[in-house]
Amino acid sequence: SSGPGSARRCPRGLRLPRGARAPWAAVTAFLPRRYLLYASGDFVKVHSVNTEETLGLLCGHADLVTGIQLNPHNHMQLYSSSLDGTIKLWDFMDGIPIKTFTVGPKLLALYALASAEDSVFVVIPKQGERDTFQLVSVKLTKGAGQDLEGKELSVVLDGVGASPKQIAFGREDSYVVSVKDVNLQVYFFKRKLLNRFSLNSAKTKGADNRFSCVVCHPTEDCIATGHADGKIRLWRNFHHKKAYTYSALHWHHDTVMDLAYSLEGTRLLSGGVESVLVQWHNESSCQKDFLPRLGSPIECISMSSDGVLCCTLHTDNRITIINSNLRFSRSIQGLIKSRDVKTGLVVDPRTKALVLNGEPGHLQFYSLQSDQQLFSLDIVQRQYIHQAGLKQSDLVKVTFSARGTWLATVEESEEVADPELQLKLWFYSEETQSFALNTRINTPHDNHITDMCFRDMGELGDDSLILVTAGRDCVFKVWVMVEDSDPEAHQSVSWSCDFVGSYHNYQATNCCFSEDGSLLAVSFEETVTVWDSHTWDLKCTFCHPPGNIRNICFGRLTCSKYLIGATDYGFLCCWNLLTCALEWSAHLNIVVLQPDPLSEHIAAVSWLSKESSLFVFKPSEPWPVYIQRNLCKEKILLAVFVPRDEPETISSEKYLWLRKSQLFFLTDTQELMTLSTKSLEERLTPSSKQLAVEESLPVTPFSVLLGKHRHQQAQEDIDLGKPVVHNKQEQASPAVKELLHTPAHVLPSASFLCTIFINSLLISKENKSAEEVADEVEMESEKAEDESDEEDVTAMEQEDTSHMELLGEMTCKLSKSQEKELRKIRKMDFSWISAF
Amino acid sequence: MAAYKPVVVQACPKLGERITQDTLYWRGYKTPVQIKEFGAVNKIDFSPVPPYNYAVTASSRIHIYGRYSQEPIKTFSRFRDAAYCATYRDDGRLLAAGSEDGSICLFDVSGKAPLRQFEGHTKPVHLVGFLSDKYRIFSGSDDYSSKLWDIPSATEIISYSEHTDYVRCGCASKVNADVFITGSYDHTVKLFDARTKSSVMTIEHGHPVESVLLFPSGGLLVSAGGRYVKVWDVLKGGQLLVSLKNHHKTVTCLCLNSSGQRLLSGSLDRHVKIYSTTSYKVVHSFNYATSILSLALSPEDETIVVGMTNGVLNVKHRKPEEKNENSQKKRQPAYRTYVKGRSYMPKQEDFCVSKPVKRVLRKYDKLLRSFQSSKALDAVLEPPIMLHTPEVTVAVMQELHRRGTLRSALAGRDEKQVNLLLTFVARRVIEPRFTPVLVIVADMITDIYQPVVGQSAIVDKQFLKLQQAIGKEIDYQEELLEVLGMMDTLFATFTKKRESCLEENKSNGVTEIIETNRNY
Repeated sequence: SSGPGSARRCPRGLRLPRGARAPWAAVTAFLPRRYLLYASGDFVKVHSVNTEETLGLLCGHADLVTGIQLNPHNHMQLYSSSLDGTIKLWDFMDGIPIKTFTVGPKLLALYALASAEDSVFVVIPKQGERDTFQLVSVKLTKGAGQDLEGKELSVVLDGVGASPKQIAFGREDSYVVSVKDVNLQVYFFKRKLLNRFSLNSAKTKGADNRFSCVVCHPTEDCIATGHADGKIRLWRNFHHKKAYTYSALHWHHDTVMDLAYSLEGTRLLSGGVESVLVQWHNESSCQKDFLPRLGSPIECISMSSDGVLCCTLHTDNRITIINSNLRFSRSIQGLIKSRDVKTGLVVDPRTKALVLNGEPGHLQFYSLQSDQQLFSLDIVQRQYIHQAGLKQSDLVKVTFSARGTWLATVEESEEVADPELQLKLWFYSEETQSFALNTRINTPHDNHITDMCFRDMGELGDDSLILVTAGRDCVFKVWVMVEDSDPEAHQSVSWSCDFVGSYHNYQATNCCFSEDGSLLAVSFEETVTVWDSHTWDLKCTFCHPPGNIRNICFGRLTCSKYLIGATDYGFLCCWNLLTCALEWSAHLNIVVLQPDPLSEHIAAVSWLSKESSLFVFKPSEPWPVYIQRNLCKEKILLAVFVPRDEPETISSEKYLWLRKSQLFFLTDTQELMTLSTKSLEERLTPSSKQLAVEESLPVTPFSVLLGKHRHQQAQEDIDLGKPVVHNKQEQASPAVKELLHTPAHVLPSASFLCTIFINSLLISKENKSAEEVADEVEMESEKAEDESDEEDVTAMEQEDTSHMELLGEMTCKLSKSQEKELRKIRKMDFSWISAF
Repeated sequence: MAAYKPVVVQACPKLGERITQDTLYWRGYKTPVQIKEFGAVNKIDFSPVPPYNYAVTASSRIHIYGRYSQEPIKTFSRFRDAAYCATYRDDGRLLAAGSEDGSICLFDVSGKAPLRQFEGHTKPVHLVGFLSDKYRIFSGSDDYSSKLWDIPSATEIISYSEHTDYVRCGCASKVNADVFITGSYDHTVKLFDARTKSSVMTIEHGHPVESVLLFPSGGLLVSAGGRYVKVWDVLKGGQLLVSLKNHHKTVTCLCLNSSGQRLLSGSLDRHVKIYSTTSYKVVHSFNYATSILSLALSPEDETIVVGMTNGVLNVKHRKPEEKNENSQKKRQPAYRTYVKGRSYMPKQEDFCVSKPVKRVLRKYDKLLRSFQSSKALDAVLEPPIMLHTPEVTVAVMQELHRRGTLRSALAGRDEKQVNLLLTFVARRVIEPRFTPVLVIVADMITDIYQPVVGQSAIVDKQFLKLQQAIGKEIDYQEELLEVLGMMDTLFATFTKKRESCLEENKSNGVTEIIETNRNY
């Protein structure tokens, strides 16, 4: 729909889902011990539990995926529902949709039952009424084509909650439970009986006892419900309208976000904002275990289908995998969503990773290329208490030195009046490959720090490194490295204050060094002051009243004589530093001003009447190089240029400024976007990977042994100088591999392939040398076999060279011609498929 | 999953002296022994031979003390008036001293009556010394002259009258038997050679010279006078090497330690400073009760004796060196238990099973981990932590405040605990690094315990103490602000000149010229 150049979501789905629109309704499911599936935005991701690698991406839904469920009759298939009104059946191993059922209305949750073979249950909004939802069963029609209609709806329950956690199916799918507000309703399928229970809200003395989630015991008639006041109630005997009973478990101090029963129903897991996973053993004795400090509030708990693993979904876009004995196993995380990106977007010069607020008090290094968190640096180094109303201290400013060897961070507590400020300087240690704390400065300023920058003088080395901080206490401070004279001190340098500058007691709002580091520009409310960075003399001042200075930056390269500033009242000004005169100004409400570190270009994002527009310009010319009006509807808060690894070849002259770096934006809805020069079709080239079967195989003792043999065989071949055999092996194996890796549904029948495969195993007659060598190998191996037969098991270790020859023999028998033949057939296959 | 993070205790760089080898060495003395003399002690001299007795000249007497004796083992009291500068000869058998009446007496250490008496000076003799050939004595007197005497015949050999003021100090060269130096109140130090009729070298010290010293090599000369200690290179014709100004009152005495590596200077400002003779930096310093007049160090630095103006003799003996070899041997772990397997390098195919590292948490951390706020506060209010590491107590209080549980942790305490808390707060609230936290704590305590004020005398007293401490601090801060204001005025006048050049810059075509002013 959108043409090239318009901002859109990054193809990899770098999206921070948050807000009311996306409840992150991911339901996870495990195949026995191997895959973890989760919904992420419009996609379903397939993840290997063992390697922590994303193996596939199921894309096809046009809107948020709201529910996923393994097909109860075939665990290689997956149902997914989406707000776009469709249910898709996937073969997630290959990443291809098998069927698409179009239902129509928005689907908010999905349940698939083993007992109902041809239908699934979905939650849809009730027609004609707002905020009322119903649980309906959708008959999945059987048809030949891929796109099918799923319009046969029958209402099961009315007035259900919109969240998938508020509906659960009971033992042997005999009843369904739904909770909403203070009401619980149970519907028995066989008896067609609906029982309603409601809690008395008056009894609880003001405590909020509304239901938040519900689960059913897998083997007994028992319902567990979580409540907003932190209680868990276990309901029994609910077949009777009057004689039902319930008991309460209470540990959580806030809403129970989710519950899950273990496979046998012996354990109940619960989680909430405390970010503690609680395991209840026996409901009568209240015996419980805890897994504390999971990092952030638990939103969802899911058990694997074999009951071995359990995973918790957290509010900060993270999945934690937990063993059955309540031990932390591993976690999967993409871009962590923090409450507020206060640090801005910063690029680490060393790794080119995007750096921003991560977990509370942490700095996350996020690789844009691989959509992975590289690492998380603990800045605050304090125990984080998950409790509402606490004044947490968090990271607010981050800056790197030009070469990434120094990192400066500012953390402050949320208190407005008297912030607890700390400035920390971190040095990158080559040995440990991480940042180590060098200097900690308590209360560097008396009030909030508004901006901070290093003097970037890459070629001069770190000796000239200077850090400038600007604060609301009306001063800017210059920090320099001092060498510690004491030889016994454990570090050779530390940082201390060198100069304090102020201007008419105005608050310092921004600071910025010129490219060569000789000038420092500090904005004090309405005025920009320019200082000599050697003598700290005030050189000149610029002002464009009315309006405070919002952003300043120096021009780079050929435009280094210009200083750009944006003011509150919608002016973008360019001053010439040589003549000290205003060069040009433009009437624009600029919110973001970001210079490209590799070129003269400066990107400015304006916000006017509910749309963001992008302007890219060179300071030397008053007219922009590039204008993109109506970039997006949301307000863009931050932008950053990320240098490309290698300059991209861009044909269009319009986008030449994107050659060396890529521009990323963060909007106020916390979505990360980029500007792409390619069209939609180009970007959506199939990126779904085949699931590499070999790679994800668990390591068994046998495979280790086999691997060792194979490895040594290859080694020996090189040692013996048998390049021919070696080559043949190399050529043969991919052919077989390809044959094995082609999805089964695109291959011709097995009988057709059988002969080719067997032929491929035969030894070719054309290649005499190979044959001879093979014979030799065979003879040797026979001998070895004889010997080894007589020997003890202990001797195997010594003789294993001969053994692996025996094993290696099998793989070296595919000739070139046969391989060609095989490839031909494969080509033919594809054409056959397309014809079909 | 993150492990529990212990409370960060703010480490503060320790101000003041660093622990160095020197501090350890010079601290290794026992508590001093004080001996009362009859008058100001003007000279202390150690006998160069064992058992290293020392002669103390004070008033009209010379006392000889044994090394550990607190009573004089011998006294020479045959002086009509004050005696000065009792000095041992190199062999420790003869002792010479000047006196107020201008005569010089020579004693045998074992005898009582003077062996010889040298008459010739007309004014008090403050300086007497032996030349290194043992047969001659040099002297300096308030009659501005210095003389050389022959011991056997008790006659004057030569007299120099070059100084223009009192001659008060001097020293003989150890390498040349004919060379000696004298320092005088005329601000000069003169070097004399007994073979010539006049001084060989004159060094201008700049202040009345109170003490001079020659290095054992004879190449370097140290002079003290006024607040300065100056080191001169004699071989380069009296070139000033270094001038040390570490005292804030007149330096009265100088002394070298036995190895010649350290120089000691005593002063009227009650300090003894110890300098390294390589870097001439102060490596250690001693404090005394009153102004110091004389100072001596026994061979091997076994004893430091300091004489004061009020007649007190302060004697410090070195502690015997601790022999901790035995205890160390005991602590050594058994070889088999601790070294076994340590050197084993795992091979590539080995499975390494590593034992999880057990983290040791402090008591308060354990309690904080389980959210037991009150108990955590109790744990850090224990006297050892509260007294020696107040930063830990304050860090835990801060952490509790962050968690929002400080108020409940402070509440519900009995009289004894409130007393303890208030004592701590009143004592530490004025320390700048603790002030922000402790002000909050003090606020909360007064809030919580306000209803019970008047019920306990002890608690009331502590509240008053807290009030006093804060009042004092406020006064102090006000004073500081006044000083700061004064300094700002001074700086403003100092930077005024620069304004003109800035003015020129500004008059260029800036869009909006705003008057600039540099505020520091």
